[in-house]
Amino acid sequence: MKKDNQPIVENAASRRNFLKFSIASGALAMLSQIGELPAQENGDGSGEKVRLLNSEGKLVEVDKSAIKPLTENELNTIVSENRKRARKGIEGRKWVMVIDLARCKHALNCQEACNKHHHIPGDRQWLNVYKMQNAENTAPYWMPKTCFHCDNPPCVSVCPVDATFKRDDGIVLIDNERCIGCRFCMAGCPYSTRVFNWGEPENQDAVKDQPYDPEKSLPRKKGTVEKCDFCPDMLRMGHLPHCITACPNGVFFFGDRNEDTVTNGSETYKFSKLMEDKAGYRYLEDLGTEPNVYYLPPVDRLVPFDKSDNLPPVGGHDHNHKH
Amino acid sequence: MSESQIIQKLTDDLKPRKFGTMGKLWVGVLIILSLTGLYSYLIQLRDGLEITALNNYVSWGIYISNFVFFVAVSLVGSLISAILRLSNAKWSIPLSRIAEIIAVSNIIMAGLIIIVDMGRPERFYYLFTYGRIQSPIVWDVIVVTTYLIISLILLFLPMLPDMAILQKRKGEFPEWQRKLYKFFSFGWIGNKQQYAIMSRTIFQLSILIIPVALAIHTVTSWLFATTLRGGWNSTNFGPYFVAGAFMVGAAAVIAVMYAARRQYQLQEYITDDIFDKMGKLLVMLSLVYLYFNINEYLTPAFKQMVGEHALLKDLFVGQFAPMFWGTQIFGMLIPIILMSFPWGRKPRLLFIISIVIIVGAWFKRYLIVIPTLFHPYLPVIEQNGVPTSIVYHPTFHEWSITMGSLAAALLIMTILFRYLPFISIWEMAEYKGVSEDHIQKASGPHPV
Ligand code: SF4
Repeated sequence: MKKDNQPIVENAASRRNFLKFSIASGALAMLSQIGELPAQENGDGSGEKVRLLNSEGKLVEVDKSAIKPLTENELNTIVSENRKRARKGIEGRKWVMVIDLARCKHALNCQEACNKHHHIPGDRQWLNVYKMQNAENTAPYWMPKTCFHCDNPPCVSVCPVDATFKRDDGIVLIDNERCIGCRFCMAGCPYSTRVFNWGEPENQDAVKDQPYDPEKSLPRKKGTVEKCDFCPDMLRMGHLPHCITACPNGVFFFGDRNEDTVTNGSETYKFSKLMEDKAGYRYLEDLGTEPNVYYLPPVDRLVPFDKSDNLPPVGGHDHNHKH
Repeated sequence: MSESQIIQKLTDDLKPRKFGTMGKLWVGVLIILSLTGLYSYLIQLRDGLEITALNNYVSWGIYISNFVFFVAVSLVGSLISAILRLSNAKWSIPLSRIAEIIAVSNIIMAGLIIIVDMGRPERFYYLFTYGRIQSPIVWDVIVVTTYLIISLILLFLPMLPDMAILQKRKGEFPEWQRKLYKFFSFGWIGNKQQYAIMSRTIFQLSILIIPVALAIHTVTSWLFATTLRGGWNSTNFGPYFVAGAFMVGAAAVIAVMYAARRQYQLQEYITDDIFDKMGKLLVMLSLVYLYFNINEYLTPAFKQMVGEHALLKDLFVGQFAPMFWGTQIFGMLIPIILMSFPWGRKPRLLFIISIVIIVGAWFKRYLIVIPTLFHPYLPVIEQNGVPTSIVYHPTFHEWSITMGSLAAALLIMTILFRYLPFISIWEMAEYKGVSEDHIQKASGPHPV
């Protein structure tokens, strides 16, 4: 089914014909099954139109009367199909991310976009930009950090109920309908990547009525763990993850190891060549977790490390000497 | 005294008896504490783990350290009833049932407190329906349930003759209690064959429980040692945990036997000599634990590797130093010194020392679980340009649930003490030289 010439796109034709849409304001999201959509588009409805995002990521306009709320049963079917699909991964892919530390100037647009699209409540960021300094005499730099989607993920090994799993396309995902909230994975992850829904998650009005989809990690569930998911919902539609497109400095590259290509939206490189030319490395390689996020060292920086924001030095802590 | 008189007297002395005022007060306090804990847990069920001080750095707190504590204490069942039984240490006969009662009540609470720690307790059964064998949690579930079952059998099986003896004593207990004894005697008629089966099974279970007991605490230590974090990333953890568990378990037996002896005036059975022997045993176990502590802290302190050194600094001279040195000095060193002298093994002082060791052991588990989480590899995230610091001060509800669980463990123990003969009547009779025939007759169907 996969078309060979699609770089990061997965053909969505095999999926069920249901739409996620939001009313023009974007404030409220509902769900609908519109099997007879063409007929109703042709006219005999109320005339009131709403704009929806269909499963292929296109904006379409449909008549409001075409939207029927889902029954409990239909909703459950969708959720269970979502959960099944989320375990498989996107066929033939092996996702990889490259973060060019030389370009990062702590703009935090990545974090902002991530927070917005994942409706992240409070201070529970999935993406953080750390101020790093490997040793006292070495230069400080900014280090954005997502989930590393390790090939040898300690979080997956420790999970007692298979709630967090490694997919064929390399993504480490969480099924929040399965998670029992033991937090062993949080203890297991050496990169402090995972965050927990300690209470009923706030600011979820816009998403709480969606059918749960692990690939969106929404709606979030109280008492379960979550983290950066590499936006598999975007990848399925052939889009880049939100942080990639949001970064004004082109710090993040994303791509497919099988195709050996990574792109930040405007520049595209051969992954292996980029690693070779720029001496790519992985954070804490010696832990043996085999991350799928690579860093390019902060050399020849496009922007000097911003001293103007007067951050207190990270000194005195153990992480001073980490690399 | 004739043989049947001895059995008479033993039964009179050791049969379950009503509590006095102190006993009732004690039960009252335990019930209040347990109910407060239950109330807090209901709030937690409603609001989630939000009501705790847990956060994305310190994601495991006193629920988990308390769990480790319960597992540790429960190990004593195997120490006394198995190791001492197998090594034919006859002096420990009055202790074996006490030890099993401690084991059973603590392992039950260990299982419950781990559910309390879960974000989605209603999905607990997923551990069975979706359990994945490669997760140390699943190993823990398997060994803890196995241990609970074996401990229950080791508690109830050797009690069959006693139940049969007690159910014959009409009028001495309320009728429901006598019926209970009758039920738990499971049709025991005390013939040779039954005794043979019972002793063989006890013997086999006593062997079987040793690897299972070692497994429960080793696996519990692996919940930490299988992670990549400084302080937990240790190959020493299994034996270190087991050694610590034997120490706190022995202290628990001493504390309980002192209380029981006072409550029921059992000086004749729980003699000063037994205290002396338990004291010696405790010194030895403490020394072993000291040895593992040196192993656990000295080598990383010598190397000062990244990932360990900030943690060790925090323990030795930093925010955890008072607790760290407190547990090492009061919970281990001073007791070792005191108990090395015969006067240090006199019941009252030994009781006090044991209580200090138990309290120290609880905080020792705190120090094993929590400080590590204060030292992630990556720097602490900055909020508005300021590095946020990691804090964890357990909330009222956390403390109340934890205290409630400890009280509940004591309550289970107390109830078992109130209604069971916590010193084995028939084994004591055997110990006092009563012949097998007489014991069999005493527990048989005919009135004595
Ligand atoms: S918190 Fe959830 S995902 Fe993490 S180990 Fe426990 S069950 Fe698995």
